[in-house]
Amino acid sequence: MATEALDFPRLVGRWFLNATSHVGRVTMLLADLVRSLNEVRIWVPRMFTEAWNIGVGSLFIVLLISGFAGGVTALQARYQFTGTIPIYYLAGVIVESIVLELGPVLTGLILAGRIGARYAAELGTMRVTEQIDALESLGRSPSSHLIIPRVVAGLIMIPVLTVFADVMGIGAGWFSMKLVLPISDADFAYGARTFWRPFDATYSIIKAFFFAACITVISCYMGFNTQQGAEGVGRSTTGAVVSSSVMILLLDVILTKLLLNQ
Amino acid sequence: MIQLIDVHKKFGKQVVLDGVNFNVQEGETVALLGPSGTGKSVLLKHIIGLIHPDSGTIIVDDKDVVHLKRHELAELRSHIGYVFQNGALFDSDDVFENVRLGITDDAKYRDLDYARARVAECLKLVNLPPETVDKFPAELSGGMRKRVGIARAIAGNPKYLLYDEPTSGLDPVNADVIDELVRSLAETLGVTGVMVTHDVRGAFRTANRLALLTGGKIVQQGTPKEFLASTDPRVQEFLERDFHNATIAA
Repeated sequence: MATEALDFPRLVGRWFLNATSHVGRVTMLLADLVRSLNEVRIWVPRMFTEAWNIGVGSLFIVLLISGFAGGVTALQARYQFTGTIPIYYLAGVIVESIVLELGPVLTGLILAGRIGARYAAELGTMRVTEQIDALESLGRSPSSHLIIPRVVAGLIMIPVLTVFADVMGIGAGWFSMKLVLPISDADFAYGARTFWRPFDATYSIIKAFFFAACITVISCYMGFNTQQGAEGVGRSTTGAVVSSSVMILLLDVILTKLLLNQ
Repeated sequence: MIQLIDVHKKFGKQVVLDGVNFNVQEGETVALLGPSGTGKSVLLKHIIGLIHPDSGTIIVDDKDVVHLKRHELAELRSHIGYVFQNGALFDSDDVFENVRLGITDDAKYRDLDYARARVAECLKLVNLPPETVDKFPAELSGGMRKRVGIARAIAGNPKYLLYDEPTSGLDPVNADVIDELVRSLAETLGVTGVMVTHDVRGAFRTANRLALLTGGKIVQQGTPKEFLASTDPRVQEFLERDFHNATIAA
């Protein structure tokens, strides 16, 4: 018992040191990214390849999940609110739920799994097979060759995918409502417009942009700092997905508070 | 010239380099011998600035590697070719792109005609057929990957070549081919080389001088004949297994 009591401060201290070390190294990585931004000739062509991989590769799964989310939102809204509020209000509830929350958050979480895992595994494998060392030994910057293309591609494509997810979610919600409720297209459009603010779309994209930064930077950082062979690659990949997902949920709360509850 | 003065390096509590003093003169090839896990590759990575020492000085080409700024280190590295133990080829790029990345002059790298000619020339130097350019690393044998790694290292016309166990994991015939390649590159290109190896026979065939790293220190440096004449039990113990072959080669 006494030993446990002594160990607790040590555990807290170790955790704090680890956390500080991660923050320091992420800051160094970001500083290196900024310093390497002028190597446009190196990272722009690679960025297009990465953007294509993220966009085309993830479009189907993003549309599929946002479609189901839109459909389920419509069915649940019907279950919760029918008979208590005018039926066209439900359109507003669906559109706002998807644009403000489900579209960006679900897209973020899907891509944390798909893109985050991929980036961490790719860079982690490159680290343990000395490919990153090889790049450095050739006098080339790993930031401009490997990290900036991935981060910029994510910053561009994840908000675009979120817009697709929003549209698909609203479409699926609209379709589902028409299946289960006697609502006309005009009523749906009227209800959607009743609660709509132009800032809602901007908010959705702002959230997606922050989620993109979080997914790409965390997964590249985890992969780039991989140690100890195949086991290390596995640990980095899992760590990238878990950390990105937790950060997305945390950012979701912070951004909602900052942007919608001033 | 490469010079390491009193270099210390620890990983956690494990002391890897414990006051290493090591030097390589212009134009010579030095084989760095030592048992597995003694820090030979760590020492090599110190020379190119991939690992920083806890203390000590590392001079390469009259520059203090430890205190170089980022762009100065990149400039120095552009004069050093590094051959990694397992090739460290970029597996998403074909052989052409891998070797082309070794062209460290940016203008020449972008000049596709020059790059094609230089890649073909380097592949010829390492005895690889021209059609290898279109292959991906996964399609190559271990020996071919090592040779592509060497081709990449020499593509930028380096002044220094650092080899990290270039023959490990190869059959004796391919190991001899790589040894011969290292020797002929030193002769034809006139580069200064450091070759990390625990293959005594190969070291005697290719190097002008040898150094033995054990217990975190360089315990012996000298020509192959001086090495054979050493009475240090650590040197004798290390040479014992390949002593006969080494004698023949010397």
